[in-house]
Amino acid sequence: MASVSIPTERPGGLLRRPSATTGVWSWITTVDHKKIGILYGVTAFFFFIVGGTEALLIRLQLAQPDQAILNPSVFNEIFTMHGITMVFFVVMPLSAAFFNYLLPLMIGARDVAFPRLNAFSYWAFLFAGIFIYSSWFLGGAPNGGWFGYAPNSVVDPTRGMTFYAIGLLIAGIASTVSAVNLAVTIINMRAPGMTLFRMPVFVWMGLVVQLLLAFSLPIITIGLVELLFDRLFGTHFFDPAAGGDPVLWQHLFWLFGHPEVYVLILPAFGIISEILPVFARKPLFGYQFVVFSGIAIGFIGFGVWAHHMFAVGLGPVANTAFAVATMIIAIPTGVKIFNWLGTLWNGDIRFTTAMLFAIGVISMFVIGGLSGVMHAVVPSDYQQTDTYFIVAHFHYVLFGGAILGLFGGMYYWWPKVFGRFLNERWGKVQFWVTLIGFNLAFGPMHILGLQGMPRRIQSYPESLGLTFWNLVSTIGAFTIAVGTLIFLVIAISSFRKPKQMVADPWDARTLEWLTTSPPPVHNFDDIPVVHSLDELWHRKYAETGGGRVVPVPAGGSGDDAHGEDHGDGHAIHLPSPSYFPPLAALGLPVLGYGLIFGLPFVVAGLLIMLVGLYGWVLEPSAE
Amino acid sequence: MATAEHQVQAPVTDHAATSTGLPNMKLAIWLFLASDCLLFGALISTYVLYRGASIVGPYPADVFDIPYTSVSSFVLLASSLTMVLALASIQRGDPARMRVWLLATAMLGLTFVGGQVYEFTTFAAEGLTLSTNVFSTSFYVLTGFHGAHVTVGILMLLTVVGLSFGGRITQERSETVEIVGLYWHFVDIVWIVIFTVVYLIPTGTPPGA
Amino acid sequence: MRRRTILVLGLVALAAVAGACAPNATQSALEPKGPYAQKGFDLFVPVFWVATAIFFIVEGVLLFFIIRYRHRKARATMPPQVHGNTKLEIGWTILPTLILAGVAVPTVATIWDLAAEPQGEVLQVTVLAHQWWWEFDYPDQGIITANELHIPTGQPVYLTMCAVGLGYEQQIAPSTCQDQPAAVGDSVIHSFWVPELAGTQDVIPSRTTYLTIQADEPGTYEGQCKEFCGLSHAYMKFKVVAHDPAGFDGWIAEQQAPAAPSPPGDPEAGAGVFLGTCTGCHAIAGLEDPNGNPLIANGGPDLTHFASRDCFAGCMLATTDENLRRWLENPPAVKAGSWMPDYGLSDQELDQLVAFLNALE
Repeated sequence: MASVSIPTERPGGLLRRPSATTGVWSWITTVDHKKIGILYGVTAFFFFIVGGTEALLIRLQLAQPDQAILNPSVFNEIFTMHGITMVFFVVMPLSAAFFNYLLPLMIGARDVAFPRLNAFSYWAFLFAGIFIYSSWFLGGAPNGGWFGYAPNSVVDPTRGMTFYAIGLLIAGIASTVSAVNLAVTIINMRAPGMTLFRMPVFVWMGLVVQLLLAFSLPIITIGLVELLFDRLFGTHFFDPAAGGDPVLWQHLFWLFGHPEVYVLILPAFGIISEILPVFARKPLFGYQFVVFSGIAIGFIGFGVWAHHMFAVGLGPVANTAFAVATMIIAIPTGVKIFNWLGTLWNGDIRFTTAMLFAIGVISMFVIGGLSGVMHAVVPSDYQQTDTYFIVAHFHYVLFGGAILGLFGGMYYWWPKVFGRFLNERWGKVQFWVTLIGFNLAFGPMHILGLQGMPRRIQSYPESLGLTFWNLVSTIGAFTIAVGTLIFLVIAISSFRKPKQMVADPWDARTLEWLTTSPPPVHNFDDIPVVHSLDELWHRKYAETGGGRVVPVPAGGSGDDAHGEDHGDGHAIHLPSPSYFPPLAALGLPVLGYGLIFGLPFVVAGLLIMLVGLYGWVLEPSAE
Repeated sequence: MATAEHQVQAPVTDHAATSTGLPNMKLAIWLFLASDCLLFGALISTYVLYRGASIVGPYPADVFDIPYTSVSSFVLLASSLTMVLALASIQRGDPARMRVWLLATAMLGLTFVGGQVYEFTTFAAEGLTLSTNVFSTSFYVLTGFHGAHVTVGILMLLTVVGLSFGGRITQERSETVEIVGLYWHFVDIVWIVIFTVVYLIPTGTPPGA
Repeated sequence: MRRRTILVLGLVALAAVAGACAPNATQSALEPKGPYAQKGFDLFVPVFWVATAIFFIVEGVLLFFIIRYRHRKARATMPPQVHGNTKLEIGWTILPTLILAGVAVPTVATIWDLAAEPQGEVLQVTVLAHQWWWEFDYPDQGIITANELHIPTGQPVYLTMCAVGLGYEQQIAPSTCQDQPAAVGDSVIHSFWVPELAGTQDVIPSRTTYLTIQADEPGTYEGQCKEFCGLSHAYMKFKVVAHDPAGFDGWIAEQQAPAAPSPPGDPEAGAGVFLGTCTGCHAIAGLEDPNGNPLIANGGPDLTHFASRDCFAGCMLATTDENLRRWLENPPAVKAGSWMPDYGLSDQELDQLVAFLNALE
C-alpha cells in the first residue's frame, strides 16, 4: 500500500528548510542516504580516474631506466598524491557509497540515525579532496609519501605537507562523524525482529568498519596535529635536535594505518559475502564464522601496527610480538576465504559479471594474503620492506581485493540503485581486461622487489636488470586504464535505457530487494518484520528438512504473514533537506586555508562553521 | 505528599523505538566519547614518551605550581556537580533552575579556562613557550586540546541556556541536557587523568640541568 | 585451441622463471653472498614454497569448484541449502594455525639470531646517513670515507648507524654515533640496504640502529637507501667492496695515510681552488686551513682518498672526468635538491679541481 512522504516544514522564517526535490539544489541540500550514497560514489569514481592517471604517469616514468619524464620533485608529488587519493578519496568513499545507500535498506530502516550529519560527512569529504588537490596550484602538492614519515615531512620546505596534514584532518572529521552515525544506525535502527545475527554480513562488516574508524582516526588526528604544529608553530614533536623522536610519528600513523587497511578491505569482503550466495544459489557457508572472523580481524587489527616498522630497530622482543600477532591475523582471514569456497561448493553457479568479480576477489586476495604472510617472516621482511615486493602485496589486496569487490558491488546493485542493469556482456569484457591488466601490472612487482628495486624511486639504472618487468608492469597499468574506460562507457550508456526494473532481479536474499528499484524516498512502504537471516529469501522459499528448497506458495509472501503494521495509509515523516550541513562543512577548508594563508581565512572559516552549526541546531526539525 | 511538579520523571521521548532501547543521540555521544578517549590517549602518550627528554629547560619542576593548579582542578570538578544539578532540575520540570545551574557550570568552566590562560602566560614569562622544548611542546598541545574541549563545552552550555529561553528544552525533551552533561563529565574526567599524569607524577629535572 | 592455450601459458611461465633469475640483477635479495643474507634467505625459501603450495591448492580448489558447480541448463532445482559445517570450521582454523606455528618458530629464532651482536673478531664500522650520501667511519682504524664501504671477507662487520644533517660537525676522529643532538637538525630517516649481504635496517636521526653484514667472497656488492628520504632518494647508493684479508689490510693502510701531495700544475692550482671554496663542507686529512688547523667536514664527504673511489655523489655518478666536471659545475642541476651549491666556477677552475681530485689516491 503506497504511503506518502511528507517532509517536515514550518512555513516562513529565516531558517525555513529548502524544499527542492529535483535539480542541483536538491543534491546540495539532500539528507537522503540514497542520494548521499550516489554522491559519494560519483565523487569517488572521479578521484579514481585522477588517481589512476597519477599511476599511469608513474608507470610511464618507470617503464624504462634513467628516464626524466617526471623530475624527482614532480615524481615525489605524483606518487604521494596517488597513494593519498586511492586510500582516502577512492576506496574509503566508494565503500561509504555502498554503506550509505545499502545499510538502512538492509536493516529495514528509512534512513541513517542522523541524516544531516550524514550530509555533512559527504561535503566535508568532498571539500577535503578539493583542498588537497588545490595544493597543486598553491605552492606544491604533498610530496612526502602518503605515509608522511617525519622528519622528512616536517622539514620539506614546500607547502605540500601542510596541505596534506590539514586535508587529511578534514577528511578524518568527515569519516569519524560518519562512523558514529553509521554505527548508531546499525546498532539502534534495525527493523523489528532483526537481531544482530540476522543481519547480512555486509552490515556486520559495516559495523566493524565504523568501529575501526571511530577508534583509529583519533590517533592519526593527533599525529597530523603534531605534524602540522611542527611545520607551522615550531613545536618539536618529531624534532630529533630537541629530543623529539621521529619514530613517534610512525607509531601514531600505523596505529591508525593498520586498522585502516581493514577499513579498506572489509567492505569488499562484505560485498562478496552477499554476491556469492545469490549466484551460487545457496546460503553463505558458515555465516557465524564469517561474522566472527570479521570481528576478530577488527580487534587483532589494532595489535599488529608495528609490522610496518620491523626495520626500524624496535628490538627483537617487539619484532617477535608483532610477527606472531600478524601471523595470527591471517587465520580469521583464511577462515573467510574457506567459507566463501564452501559457499561455491555444490552450488549452481551463474557467472554474472558481479559473480566474476566476486570470484576474482577470492583469487587475487589469496595471492595478496600469502605475500602478506611472507612479510610477517621478519628476517625476510628485512629484504622485502620498502621494495616493490610490498607494492605488489598491497596492490593485490587493495586492487585485487577491494577494487574488484567494489566493481562487483556496482554490477550487483546498479539495478537497485538506478533501475537499470549495467550491460552484462560488456561487463564481462571489462572484468577480463581489468583482471589481466591488473596481474600484468602488479605480478611482476614481486620479482622486481626481490631483485632489488626499492620503493618510491624516481628512476633506476639499466645495470640493475629491472627493465623488462618494469615495462611489462607499465603495459599492465595501461590495460587497467582500458578496462576502466570500458566501465565508464558501460555506466554512462546504462542511463540510455529506460528505468524499468523489478524489485528483485537477481532472486536475492536480503531486504533491499524487497522494495522497488530504485527504492522510494522512504525506502519501504511498510517496515518489514524480520524472522530470520536472509529474510527475503525465506519469504520466497521454504527449506525442507534436507535443505531442499521449495517456493513459498503465492499469497504466502504477502505482507500479512509477516506481521507488518500497514497503518492506515498515514503519511511517513521524513527529515527535510537542509542548507546547513554543506555550509558547516565549508567552514573547514576555509579554516584550513587560514592556517596557511593567514588570520582572515581563519576567522572566516570559524564564522562559516558557527553559522552552519547554529543554523543546524536552530532550524525546525522532527528528526 | 509529592506533587507532580516535584516528581523526577525520566525523559519521555517521542522517538521511534530503537533496537537497544537507548535513544540514538545517547548511543552516539557514548561512541563519540569513546573515540575521544583515544584522542587524549595519543596526546597523553606523547607527553609520557617525552618525559625527561627535553634537552633545554625550563623543566616541569621549574614552572609547575601544584597548589594553583589544584585549585583550578577543583573548580572544574565542582562544575560537574553543578551540571548534575542542572540535569536534575530539568528532569523535575524546572527549566529556570536548570538555567541557573547551567550558567554556574559555564562560569566555573570559564574560570578554569581563565586559570589556564593565566597559568600559560606565567609559564611563557618564565621562558616556556610552545617551541621551547619537547616538554613545552607536548604539555601545551595536550592541555590546549583539553582547554579547547572545555571551551566547546561552555559554548554548548550557553547554547542550551539559549534554547531553553526559547522553550525548546522541556522535562519531556531533556535529553539534550543529559548529552551535554555526558560530554562535560568526560572532559572533567580527562582533566583528572591529565592533572595526575602531568602535574602530580614528578618527572624530575634531568641531571646537569 | 586448448593446446595452444597451454603452450602460451607454458611460455609465459618459463619467461617468468627466466626473468626471476636474471643474471644481471646485481642488487638481488635472491642471491645471498654472505651468512647474514643467507640466514634470511634460508628462511624465505621454505616459506615461499609453503605459500606456493597453499596458492596452488586454494586456487586449484576455487578453479575446480567454479567449473564443477557451474550452472547447467538442464538443472531445474536449487542446490541443497547447506549453512555450514562446524567440524570443517574447526579444521580449517586449526590447520592454518599449525602451519603458521611452523613458520613462526624459525622466524622468531632467526629474529633473535640476527639481532645478536656478532662474537669474535668483528670489524666495527659507523654508518652515517646524510642527504643523499653515505659516510663510513672506522673508529678502530681512524678512517673516514664515503660511498664505498670496504670490508674484509669472512669476517662479520658490525654497523652502528645513525642519520645526520647539515649541522653535523665531523670530529677529527671517526664518529661512533654517540654524540648526536647537534648533528641532527634537518636530517631525515634513511635505510641501509645491500641485499646480497644482509637485510635492511633503517637509519634514524637521534637513534642508533645496528646491522651485521659479512661477505664470503671478494667482490663489489650494490646497495642503496630504501627509506624514502626526499628529492634524491633514488640516487643515494653505495657499494660494499669486499677484499680478502690481506687486500683489506692494504686498503686500510692506504686510507690511513694523509692525502697525497698535489703534483705541480693543474692539481696544485686545484688545491688552491679547493682551499678557497670547498673547506666550508669538505675535509681532506693532511691539508690545513689558512690558520694552520686541520680541516673539519661540515655536511660534505671526506675527500682524502677521493680518487680511490669508483663512484661519488652518493654513487649516483661513476668517477670519470666528465662526470666530475658536470657535477662541480652545477651540483643541483645534476642531483635534485643537492645541498652542494653551484659556486660559479670558471672553466679553468673546474679543470684544476678535477685534476686535484684525480690526484687524491
